[in-house]
Amino acid sequence: MNFTISKRASTITLVLIVIGLVMAAIGLMGDHTGHKQYTWAAFYANALFFFFIALGTLFFYALNHVTETAWTVLVKRVYEGIAMYVPWGALTVLVVLVAGTMGLHHMWPWMDARTVDAADAVHFDGHINKLTSYLNKPFFWVRAILILGTFVLFARWFRAHSLRMDKETGEALVASHWKNYRRSVLFIVLFAFFSSVLAWDWIMSIDVHWKSALFGWYVFGGMWAGGMITAMILVLYLKGKGYLPQVNANHLQDMGKWVFAVSFLWSYLYFEQYLLIWYSNIPEESSYYVARLNDHPWLTWVMFFINFALPMLLLMSRDSKRSPKYLLGVSLIIFIGHWLDTVQMIMPGSLGPHFTGIGILEVGFFLAFLGVFTRIVLAAFAKAPLTVVAHPFLEESVHHHI
Amino acid sequence: MANKVIYAVYEDPELLKSAARKLVTAGVQVRDVFSPFPIHGIDPIIGLKRTRMGIVSFMFGIFGLSLALLGTWWMAIYDWPMNIGGKPNQFFYQNVAAFVPVLFEFTVLCAAHGMAITYLIRNKTLPGMPARNPDPRSTNDKFIIELRTADNHAHTAEGITGMLRETDVFEINERQFGA
Repeated sequence: MNFTISKRASTITLVLIVIGLVMAAIGLMGDHTGHKQYTWAAFYANALFFFFIALGTLFFYALNHVTETAWTVLVKRVYEGIAMYVPWGALTVLVVLVAGTMGLHHMWPWMDARTVDAADAVHFDGHINKLTSYLNKPFFWVRAILILGTFVLFARWFRAHSLRMDKETGEALVASHWKNYRRSVLFIVLFAFFSSVLAWDWIMSIDVHWKSALFGWYVFGGMWAGGMITAMILVLYLKGKGYLPQVNANHLQDMGKWVFAVSFLWSYLYFEQYLLIWYSNIPEESSYYVARLNDHPWLTWVMFFINFALPMLLLMSRDSKRSPKYLLGVSLIIFIGHWLDTVQMIMPGSLGPHFTGIGILEVGFFLAFLGVFTRIVLAAFAKAPLTVVAHPFLEESVHHHI
Repeated sequence: MANKVIYAVYEDPELLKSAARKLVTAGVQVRDVFSPFPIHGIDPIIGLKRTRMGIVSFMFGIFGLSLALLGTWWMAIYDWPMNIGGKPNQFFYQNVAAFVPVLFEFTVLCAAHGMAITYLIRNKTLPGMPARNPDPRSTNDKFIIELRTADNHAHTAEGITGMLRETDVFEINERQFGA
């Protein structure tokens, strides 16, 4: 059965985009930071949040090929649909990277040539000066293009290959399956490295005086959680509309388990990073948490509570993961929780005291991005049969039982 | 009428499952199933109640967490406060981040051990306990259904045996029960 975007979904997403853009425009007019940095940062936080959702999903999709997981075959197209946002997400992130390089905003302090100019007594920064072998614009762009290019190419290849497999049978189908397997192994290896590098380059270098060896993993944990939650919400939405008839409570329970498990992974990485920094209490490390826990205690605590305690307590029992309405409610709350996480990653570092809490700009861009993201993903759903036509594990997935 | 126990031996878990399904549909109550490994999906067929192991595990986890909270508070805050890295140690909440690894590990330790020990006691399979499986082959390559005439007053032993013969049974053994 092919998916068609309902009139209601089309209208709602369009309204979201319009409201979001109007809010962002109002926010832009009230933005008195230099270079309109607040607007850039709010745009960037949301661009990253939705890009990370697509990346986390693409990773999980490849992981399923590598582990030859059978039960996810029925919802394979949902992961693919979300992963089809990767090129668009890459584009939105690219806009911010280009603007930063051109000096249109100063989210990355090290991009300002004055910080490494020893003659400039006011702006010279000895710490940044030591990092120039890694943090310089040409090398930064080599990495950025390599990372974005790899992700976009793989996302498009996986999609095209999956559509090809729909038309195959027998030996050809099995051969395609192994090809998928090999490409996925390659992708996972590249992703393992690139997900950390992009976290250092695009996020950690905002707080350029601070570093954390665990940061890449922490960002990756957030990506994965975002992907699992979004896939959960979309599967429940599609099921509610009467699509995906073969997906039953067993599949939902396993998807719920992933939301539960990955929430723990994220919490573990977040807390581990915090614990080590808190314990050693070195000023150059703890400055990161001073700008978050001390300056925005509500944001940090609410974010951590939603992303850790809520899934732990609400998704622990078997029944909770088999009830679509309950799952949807919990997933929507954690979705917001991970958005708060991305906001607290970007905003305090890039704005310092100018960031006084979540305002009209963050929410405006969130709504606009949500509308665009949903439209792109739903359009990808509509382009191909929502359940794969042919896959070696399709039968096993239909009979999935736990 | 003497109570009889009937053991139906199968060579494959799938054959056993379909046989059990047939028997239960005919209104025969299955007492138990013995197998070398857990048979996926047998529980609802023979009408086993859903396991409460998850609740046990949760309760042991809460117990472990409470004990660890009490322990860390008593050792590191109340009885012998120590200055470690200049960390404030007058109040528990100021130090709780340092205790989280202990709290977490002890919760997991208690939940896992409590669950495993409960499981062994409930199944009467603690080390040294006598084996209760009727046939040693059920720990190797045979799958056995146990039926009792005491559970099935509507059927005779002959009737049940007749039904079993229609399935892909490997062998049928009968024993007197409690004689």
